[in-house]
Amino acid sequence: MDEESLLLSLELASGSGQGLSPDRRASLLTSLMLVKRDYRFDRVLFWGRILSLVADYYIAQGLSEDQLSPRKTLYSLNCMEWSLLPPATEEMEMQTSVVKGRFMGDPSHEYEHTELQKVQIKEETRLVSIIDQIDKAVAVIPRGALFKTPFGPIRVNRTFEGLSSSEAKKLSSYFHFREPVELKNKTLLEKADLDPSLDFMDSLEHDIPKGSWSIQMERGNTLVVLRSLLWPGLTFYHAPRTKNYGYIYVGTGEKNIDLPFML
Amino acid sequence: MGDLPPDPEPPPQPTSSRRNSQVSERRRSREHSRPQPTVPGEVQQVPLDAQILRSSREMVSNQINRGWSQGASLTPNENFIFQAEEAQRGGIEYPSLNTGFPSEVQPQTYPSEGRLQASHNASLMLQQLQQGKGNLFQQLESAYQEPRADLLGQYTRYQREDLQFSQGTQHGPYLRDDPVLQFSPSELGFMPFNVEVPEPDPRELAVQNAKAYLLQTSVNCDLSLYEHLVNLLTKILNQRPEDPLFLLESLNRTTQWEWFHPKLDTLRDDPEMQTTYEMAERHKALFSQSGGGEGEQEMEEEVAETAVPNIMEKAFYFEQAGVGLSSDESFRIFLALKQLVEQWPIHTCRFWGKILGLRRSYLVAEVEFREGEEEVEEEEVEEVMEGGEVMEAHGEEEGEEGEEDEEKVTDVIPKPTWKPPPVVPKEESRNGTNKYLYFVCNEPGQPWVRLPHVTPIQIVQARKIKKFFTGFLDAPVISYPPFPGNEANYLRAQIARISAATHISPLGFYQFGEEEGDEEEEGGAGRDSYEENPDFEGIPVLELVDSMANWVHHTQHILPQGRCTWVNPLQKTEEEEELGEEEEKADEGIEEVEQEVGPPLLTPLSEDAGSLRTSTSAGATSTVLRISTRPCQPLFSKSTPAARRSWR
Repeated sequence: MDEESLLLSLELASGSGQGLSPDRRASLLTSLMLVKRDYRFDRVLFWGRILSLVADYYIAQGLSEDQLSPRKTLYSLNCMEWSLLPPATEEMEMQTSVVKGRFMGDPSHEYEHTELQKVQIKEETRLVSIIDQIDKAVAVIPRGALFKTPFGPIRVNRTFEGLSSSEAKKLSSYFHFREPVELKNKTLLEKADLDPSLDFMDSLEHDIPKGSWSIQMERGNTLVVLRSLLWPGLTFYHAPRTKNYGYIYVGTGEKNIDLPFML
Repeated sequence: MGDLPPDPEPPPQPTSSRRNSQVSERRRSREHSRPQPTVPGEVQQVPLDAQILRSSREMVSNQINRGWSQGASLTPNENFIFQAEEAQRGGIEYPSLNTGFPSEVQPQTYPSEGRLQASHNASLMLQQLQQGKGNLFQQLESAYQEPRADLLGQYTRYQREDLQFSQGTQHGPYLRDDPVLQFSPSELGFMPFNVEVPEPDPRELAVQNAKAYLLQTSVNCDLSLYEHLVNLLTKILNQRPEDPLFLLESLNRTTQWEWFHPKLDTLRDDPEMQTTYEMAERHKALFSQSGGGEGEQEMEEEVAETAVPNIMEKAFYFEQAGVGLSSDESFRIFLALKQLVEQWPIHTCRFWGKILGLRRSYLVAEVEFREGEEEVEEEEVEEVMEGGEVMEAHGEEEGEEGEEDEEKVTDVIPKPTWKPPPVVPKEESRNGTNKYLYFVCNEPGQPWVRLPHVTPIQIVQARKIKKFFTGFLDAPVISYPPFPGNEANYLRAQIARISAATHISPLGFYQFGEEEGDEEEEGGAGRDSYEENPDFEGIPVLELVDSMANWVHHTQHILPQGRCTWVNPLQKTEEEEELGEEEEKADEGIEEVEQEVGPPLLTPLSEDAGSLRTSTSAGATSTVLRISTRPCQPLFSKSTPAARRSWR
């Protein structure tokens, strides 16, 4: 969620039951602004909070002008001091796929995994990889919030006035906030209906398994909330006909592998 | 009709052309206090043939009506008449324009709409009038030709007129009503009615053609590209966004959207918002009821202890821990609980939490009825069910006997020796897992629905499956192993499990009642009631954080059997014993059912299986020390117990 509208966003996303305590909120407001200045980000998003056994990780992401360029991730244990995390690589992902269980809460903790040989994986690596996976899998943005210009960069659409109520209930009006992966696989007929300046990302409609998103109206129909069932804890909210939208992840950082059985 | 035909626009300048088009269209320059800077650019605007035709028809008819006979004078007069007509018809447009003026784009679309419609109506009406007149068409032809010839002259003329307009426009809208004021007789006098202009040279012809193309309207809508560009550029100039080039496309789309979705529709409610408004009405009812209730209470002398808990206070504490719903949501829940208390004879009530579902979520309230208020409905339901089961059993027996009779001669089908495992009886109300009654609703304002009591078999099965809730209580739970019941039962079973596992309190907060005789005699049953300890002094926060031994469970543990108190299923009913005595004795040897024992009430958390199952985190801030403990067990729905509550 955008750091600029942090308070409102937290309030709207609170339907999932997890949020931030007032002291954390207050410290976030100040510290995120400083982060934005220090790292020269164009926009800072408060990504969420990963619950661990001892201390929670608070994660923020910074964006540059081009909205789809790789984001820089920072973490903090107390919402005041932020440390930059290294970008995620495939190797990291392979390593962390063997680690199971909750996060410990100490970034320097090392998990030991014995397969052919003993491998030690740092918690920081795991953190980076999990955040990256969550981003790639379930970061959501509504259709029309970003648009693509013929000159290249993806920009925030300042005239985005929100989805209409009927559009807001459909999964096809929401996109994955990442480089498109499945767009090229669409048939020509489908592509003809797309608007190239708005529909340049994958929509949530074709996510596998089907039904891995729960879409609900809350607050008496004035707020649409999407919750991911694959990564429980990710909440995306949007108030139709307004500019407010955002997503936040508050969870344990574990993928819900039992999803197909639970549906 | 889009533009006032006579190309009257002074050469270039889209803005001035916009202004001119508006001016020429509406004539009474409604845009006065907004003189736009002229932007250089060669945009010649050419009247559309069709529009010329239409306008000329109109003019002709007007002429006929008013006794004009000049062909060549059509064009200049067209405008005047047109405007005069328009002034009458364009009444709608006034208010919208005069309000909210500068840098608002909408007024521009309204007038164009209104104008188009007005002009359409006008032309239609006039065309109908004209139809009877045969010579009209000839006149039309001539009229059609004339305007084109007069183009040049019109250019100059209109420029002058425009200048005059821009000066005169500052006087306000009232001018438009009086054509005479605006077009001074002197102007009329200057109209070179009889000027003969040579055919326009190719360049101008090209310009006219281009404009005609831009002005054409498609079959789908009345909006021409010309119109649209005018609106778009107006919008840009009014809003003056940074980087307009980047925003051009989205602005384009927005303008188009606005055209098709006029925001003002006073006759009809927005259909999309219908459900939203209904929900709002329902919430309003929540608030008004509570208001009424409060008034009544004030009337009474004593304010009885309301069973409704202080939700806001608890929400405050949870918020410190970073858990919970937003404050207005909590308030609505408070009102809904108040409603619940009013409807049912409730002794104590507590907000248990929220369970997220796929399509809807559940708000759960934990309730205890007053002494003596039995749940009659429950019993009725039970009887019906039991009756059903008995009937089925009889049916089966009869069927078997029938078969046996028929096939006595040939074969006797061996009776299956398998007997379904004896059903463990469910616990009485107010005991064990059914100690509390649970009500659920989907959203505050909706009626509360009571959940049935939970049976041990349901708890046992619920332990084996993992399913999401859909939000509808009557949805079937399709799983393997099959769950005996629908979503309401599954929900109730999960609630029971969560309560039993996660309701904790600091050591010493609760204590057992009067010391009962022998613990040993009661065996595993233990004590099942506790009361608040009046001498509790509180444990320092740091100690609470450090050691798990300072926290205790205050709900009974559920045995593997599915109950809190052990019941030996084999000794269930005497009837069964009579029927199958021999078999049972044979079976007894095989099945030695052990009495299941669980940790007694008020056991510290440190005794929980799996020491890493709970995580504690303490946030020390300058003013508040907060503690939250969360079980790390993979519960299917998130639960965060803190102190003596459990929330989800």
